[in-house]
Amino acid sequence: MSLKSTPLREKHLELGAKLVDFAGWEMPVQYEGIREEHSAVRTFAGMFDVSHMGEVEVEGPGALAFLQRVLSNDVATVEIGGAQYSCLCDEEGGVLDDLFAYRLGGDRYLLVTNAANHEADLAWLGRWSRGFEVAVRDVADRYAMLAVQGPHARRIVAATVGVELPPRMRVGQVRIGARPAFACGTGYTGEDGVELLIAPEVAPAIWTELLDAGVVPSGLGARDTLRLEVCFPLHGNELTPERNPIEAGLGWCCKEESGFVGAETVARARSEESADRLVPFRIEGPGIPRQGNPAMAGAEQVGVVTSGSFSPSLEVGIGMAYLRPDLAEPGTEIEIDVRGKRRAGRVASKPLYEKER
Amino acid sequence: MAEATYPDDLLYHDQHDWARLEGDEHAVFGITWYAQDSLGEVVFYDPPEIGAKIDKDSAYAEVESVKAVSDVIAPLSGEVVEVNEALADAPEKVNEEPYGDGWLVKVRLSQPNEAEALLSAAEYRKLLA
Repeated sequence: MSLKSTPLREKHLELGAKLVDFAGWEMPVQYEGIREEHSAVRTFAGMFDVSHMGEVEVEGPGALAFLQRVLSNDVATVEIGGAQYSCLCDEEGGVLDDLFAYRLGGDRYLLVTNAANHEADLAWLGRWSRGFEVAVRDVADRYAMLAVQGPHARRIVAATVGVELPPRMRVGQVRIGARPAFACGTGYTGEDGVELLIAPEVAPAIWTELLDAGVVPSGLGARDTLRLEVCFPLHGNELTPERNPIEAGLGWCCKEESGFVGAETVARARSEESADRLVPFRIEGPGIPRQGNPAMAGAEQVGVVTSGSFSPSLEVGIGMAYLRPDLAEPGTEIEIDVRGKRRAGRVASKPLYEKER
Repeated sequence: MAEATYPDDLLYHDQHDWARLEGDEHAVFGITWYAQDSLGEVVFYDPPEIGAKIDKDSAYAEVESVKAVSDVIAPLSGEVVEVNEALADAPEKVNEEPYGDGWLVKVRLSQPNEAEALLSAAEYRKLLA
């Protein structure tokens, strides 16, 4: 199967990006280097082409009732122009995807899905929409998506693109490149910033304008280290259909009383004390944990690393792992088996990296 | 270094390693410009122990970038007599000076004639082309 590419592919190649296959898309993993890009986002402003992410429009008089049924959060609390994070669970409470829902109008919502799950999400949503007065539309082809993140991101985007930007966790309908667009006060880096959903044909010009304004092109490599430092889970790593949101530490975005698919299991998991817990940890010496490494307590395997990396901000190995609840307390000493070498680590609290205030 | 460089005084292994022969019995090993560029910024070097026996064509150490870990393949066989301790604090030397301060190990060769099978700089460049 040939790889899909974004409207910014030529721009990435011009900048000397390393392109890789990510969920069937040819995406930039890095330009100059992950550490430099990571640092630009933490201290200034970086931009990510995240056009591989999927968009689904949900519209109709039954839109709210339908989304209450399929999304874990209480969608009724979202005002027009609001944004909300949710899990999409199966009947057993397993996490099929995690996504943002943006309320665009009275009965019109936009869901932004993970690229790898987009087709499956569409099929799932289509199946559960039966009986609701609602249209579920795949609108992924209508949008390119740029995440501009960092302490100076808003200022530069506002000046460059010339639009008023919504506050955090809000969405604004704007015009970018003389085409309708959405500006969203969301992100995946732990920094302030915006995500722009724009017409694919204007994406290269907008990219160039932001580049000229000093925004640092950043790849999926830096996106991964940035999100891991602030302990945002990634579907496919931390989040899978084999784990429920409670184990994943996402109980805060599950409102079982809203009656979503999987709510019974989630409610049961919430009251269980024996379930594994997703926890962040840091390595206390040399060594870099990687996905799949066993987490050990003595001779016993007590969990598995779901994401591991070198942290450019903390300059140590960090990761997240599902651990037995008795080992999940911050400060607990664990060991990570990194390709046969035991590396001493310690369970930490979230986030692993916090900006000094 | 930003530009691809392959010094003529080194011998190359097709797994992107170099060897600098020192006298008849010793050699210094490292990874090539191409290897460090593919890997990205090196953030950790896990060296072998002094005295470890290493075999040509087999992994003897690991270098890690932010995203990936890579085995380092021995271009020749021998016993490790020195490791580059400075890389513990400055692993980025592997990127900055892959043929200089970014060297990885010094080895007492057990079969010096293995060097005949290694590539010249010109042959290695051809391999990459």
